Amino acid sequence: MAEKLLDVKNLRTEFKRDKSWVTAVNDVSFHINKGEILGLVGESGCGKSVTSLSVMRLLPIGTSRVSEGEVFFNGEDILKVDKKKMRKIRGHKISMIFQEPMSSLNPCMRISKQITEAILLHNDLSKDEAYKRAFNVLKSVGIPDPDMTLNSYPHQLSGGMCQRVMIAMAMSCEPNLLIADEPTTALDVTIQAQILSLMEEIKEERDTGILLITHDLGVVAEMCSRVIVMYAGRIVEEAPVRELFESPMHPYTQGLIESVPKLGSDMTSLPSIPGSVPDLSVMPKGCKFAPRCKYAMDICREKEPELVAVPGQEHRCSRCVLHKLEEKEVSKL
Amino acid sequence: MAEMKSTVNIQNFEDAEALPKPKSKVKEFVKKFTKRKTAVISFIFIVLLLLAAILGPYIAPYDASQADYSNLLQGPSAAHIWGTDEFGRDVFSRLLAGTRLSLASALSATIVGTALGILFGLIAGFYGGWIDSLIMRCCDILFSFPDILLAIAIVAILGPGMINVIIAVAVFTVPSFARIIRSATISVKESLYVEVARSIGCKNWRILWVHIFPGTIQSMIVNFTMRVGTAILAASSLSFLGFGANVTEPDWGAMLSQGRNYLNTAPHIVLFPGILIFLTVLAFNLLGDGLRDTLDPKMS
Repeated sequence: MAEKLLDVKNLRTEFKRDKSWVTAVNDVSFHINKGEILGLVGESGCGKSVTSLSVMRLLPIGTSRVSEGEVFFNGEDILKVDKKKMRKIRGHKISMIFQEPMSSLNPCMRISKQITEAILLHNDLSKDEAYKRAFNVLKSVGIPDPDMTLNSYPHQLSGGMCQRVMIAMAMSCEPNLLIADEPTTALDVTIQAQILSLMEEIKEERDTGILLITHDLGVVAEMCSRVIVMYAGRIVEEAPVRELFESPMHPYTQGLIESVPKLGSDMTSLPSIPGSVPDLSVMPKGCKFAPRCKYAMDICREKEPELVAVPGQEHRCSRCVLHKLEEKEVSKL
Repeated sequence: MAEMKSTVNIQNFEDAEALPKPKSKVKEFVKKFTKRKTAVISFIFIVLLLLAAILGPYIAPYDASQADYSNLLQGPSAAHIWGTDEFGRDVFSRLLAGTRLSLASALSATIVGTALGILFGLIAGFYGGWIDSLIMRCCDILFSFPDILLAIAIVAILGPGMINVIIAVAVFTVPSFARIIRSATISVKESLYVEVARSIGCKNWRILWVHIFPGTIQSMIVNFTMRVGTAILAASSLSFLGFGANVTEPDWGAMLSQGRNYLNTAPHIVLFPGILIFLTVLAFNLLGDGLRDTLDPKMS
C-alpha cells in the first residue's frame, strides 16, 4: 500500500458574492501517493484551480473561505496549522507551478534573485551556496547555460525557458508535493513535451507526488496514473487512467473524451457537450450536469447522486445514477 | 536506469532555445529621450541649476549678504550684471546662493512627501479594506484644499521658518503619491508573480517591498519630477508671504517679496528672481512631460 502524501477530505470552498457565500468547490475528496501523478481535469471554471489554491491556502482572505473539510499532508491537517508554519510548508514541502510562465516571474528581478529567494527562505544557506544550488537546479531542468540565465531578466527568456525556471524554482527546495496548474497550456507542443518529460523525470528521481491540473486529456493520458474529473465544483468521476479512457462512466467524462479530435477519423464536425457550466449561484437542484446530459431522467433533476464506487472495479468512483440503475433498473427504462 | 535518465535529459534539451542578447534599456531610453528637444533643454537647465547650487558660493562674484551702500538699487551693469538691491547687495550673487536654499528645500520636501506617500499608498493598496478607506479618505481631505492654502494653514500652525515650510510642502505632496502608488499596487498585487512569491512562502512585508514596490516605481517618476517644480513654487510663495526663510537669507521667494517695494524704481530686483522661479518650475514640468512620453510604451 503506497503511502498517502496528500489526503483531501470533503473539501468545500466558498466565495463571497454580494454578502452571500457561493460554493465553488463542494465535497471534494482525493488523495495523492508518493511518486504518483494525479490528473485533475475539467473545463474552465469547474473548480480545479480553486481546489489547488485551497490546498495551498492561497485563496484571498476575506472574500473566500474553506468552510468544510480536511487536508492532510504527511498526516497533518494543514488547514489547521498557523500561518507561520504554513509559510514553511509552502515552497518547502509543497510547491506550485502556474499556467503562464511569462507572468509567473517578477519582471523587476533577475532570475538568480528569484530562485535564491526561494532557497534562502527555507534553508540556512549563504548567498553563494544558494546561488550554487540555483545553478545546479537550473542545470537539472535542462537549461544549457545556467550562469547566463541566472543573470537574465524574465523578459529576456522565452516561454519554455521561463517555465523551466519556474519548475527549477519549485523544485529548488525538493518539495514532497508539486502542484502544477496547467503547466503547459501557454506553451507550444514541442516545448510541452519537454516540460512534461521533465516533470516525469522529477517524479522518478525524487519520488515527488504531483497534482497535475489540466484540461488537456492528451496530457493526462501521457502522464497520469489516476485521474479525477471535476464538473461544477464536484468530482464526477475518479478512475485509473486506462479505464477512464477505455470506458468512461460518467456522461460528462464521455462527452469530454468524445470531443477530443482523433487522428485518422473522417468526422467532419467534432461532437461537443451542449450548453455551458452552470453559474455558481444558480446551480440546478439535482445532478449539476443534468441540464446538459443526454441521458438525464426525472430523478437526475431532483436529487444529486452521490459519488459511489463502481461495483467490481478498484479505485473507481462515479457520480451518476446510471451505474446504480444499470444492474436492476435499466431494463425497465 | 540512471543512464537512461541522463540520456533523456540531454536529448530533450539539446535544442533548448538560445538566449537572445540582452538589449540595453538605458541606451534605448537615452535615444528616445534625446529626441525631445524641450526635455533635453530642461534637463540641461536643471543640471546647471544643480551645479549652481553646489558651486554657488565659490563662483559668485560678490558675497551674497555683503551690503554696499554706495551702490543701492543699481540697474544691471558690467560690475553687477543683474544689478543690486536696496542694500546694494549683488542680485546675481544672491540668486546663486538662493539656488541652494530653494532647490534643497523643494527637493527635501518632495522626497519626504514622496516617501510618506509611497508608504501610505503601498499599505492602502496592499491591505485594502478599512485601512485603505481610512488612508484614502484622509488623502481626499488633503486634496480638497488648494495646495498653497493648505501649506499656509500648516505653516500658520507650526510657525514660520524653513523647516516648517518643508513640512508644509511635504504634507501636500503626500496624497498625490499615495493615490498613484495605491493604484499601481492594486494592479501589481493581482499579478501572477506576486502569487508565486506567496506560493514559495514569502511574508507579507517581503511581498510588499521586494515584489510589489519595484513594480510601482515607474508610475511615480514623472509625478516626482513635476512635484519638485510645484514644491519650488510653493516654497517661494510661502517665503514671499513671509512664512518661509528669514528675510536676510537669500531665498528666491523672499527676494521677490522684498523687491516688490521697489517695483517702480528698480524692477530688476523682482524681475530676475521671478524669471528664475518661472524657468525652474517650467524646466521641471517640461522634464516631467519628456520623461512621461519617453517612459510610456504607448507613445512612439
